[in-house]
Amino acid sequence: MTPEVLAALEAAKAAKRPVALLTRLTDGAQHLFPGAGLPAPLAEAAAKALREDAAANVTADGAPWFIHPHNPPLRLIVVGAVHIAQALVPMAQEVGFAVTVVDPRRAWATAERFPGITLIHEWSDDAVAALAPDSRTAVVTLTHDPKLDDPGLDVALKSECFYIGALGSRRTHAKRVARLAEMGHAEASIGRIHAPVGLNIEAVTAPEIALSILAEVVAARRGAALARRAAPATAVAA
Amino acid sequence: MSDSEDILATAATWRAAGETVALATVVETWGSSPRPAGSRLAVSLSGKLAGSVSGGCIEGAVADAAKQTMASGAPQLLDFGISDERAWEVGLACGGKLKVFVEKLT
Repeated sequence: MTPEVLAALEAAKAAKRPVALLTRLTDGAQHLFPGAGLPAPLAEAAAKALREDAAANVTADGAPWFIHPHNPPLRLIVVGAVHIAQALVPMAQEVGFAVTVVDPRRAWATAERFPGITLIHEWSDDAVAALAPDSRTAVVTLTHDPKLDDPGLDVALKSECFYIGALGSRRTHAKRVARLAEMGHAEASIGRIHAPVGLNIEAVTAPEIALSILAEVVAARRGAALARRAAPATAVAA
Repeated sequence: MSDSEDILATAATWRAAGETVALATVVETWGSSPRPAGSRLAVSLSGKLAGSVSGGCIEGAVADAAKQTMASGAPQLLDFGISDERAWEVGLACGGKLKVFVEKLT
């Protein structure tokens, strides 16, 4: 790998730009996508690898090429700078997420509580809308205060984000479902919300709850059966 | 990709510090290989290792090959697996097969 290719890969990462590295396995010749002068079949394979976030092997002009996608990190938007968020944020970073914490309560969302983390002190609808969740984004609301959580959920439900989770008991969630329905969200759409949030591992402490949430986010990302809830939320007493 | 998985950045840091560095990348897997295509292991001539290309079964053999590549500058495509009959064969306990591309950071 030449210094130029290495520098270009590092620059793309710093700028959060998707880039694919193409390597001819017979002699180590390398190209980047997007980039000039790529034969169409290689460019198409590179675009597909980035889209699917999966490495690929292709043959071009009789030679084997390895297509290695380098996508920007998955994103996690956490609404609520609460105790569970303090446990969830570093775990999520370790798993590879770029994390943003949203909470208008400046006493909660502080650099002391979340060192080095991007904090947004706005209402969750404005903040989540500005962050523009896409298919590589997960949104988790942790305040269980409707006026703080609901606006963010409203925006998340209108996005393509791959995971939405909301802290709160079944009873809390049943009320939330009713409010979101009043806001005009369809039942199927509201069904995207994982609530009570996280895999059921009987978590008790804040780090345990964070672990259950992160495990469910990963399960959703990887299409695991564990991420699918059996039934939509109903008004069961918690 | 988290910092802990960002082997390329680690390799770049070593290179910038003047070390001789090779990068090994899993390019293809069959069966129950523990690490997917794209997984990386960085090796320095001074003996540093970062990342992985397997569950630990073949890292030693890959590091040996990396030292050859650091010396010659020539990349290598390594085949590992139960059917591998090379002298330096190290079978994968899991029964998987994989190909690893080794290149020098110039």
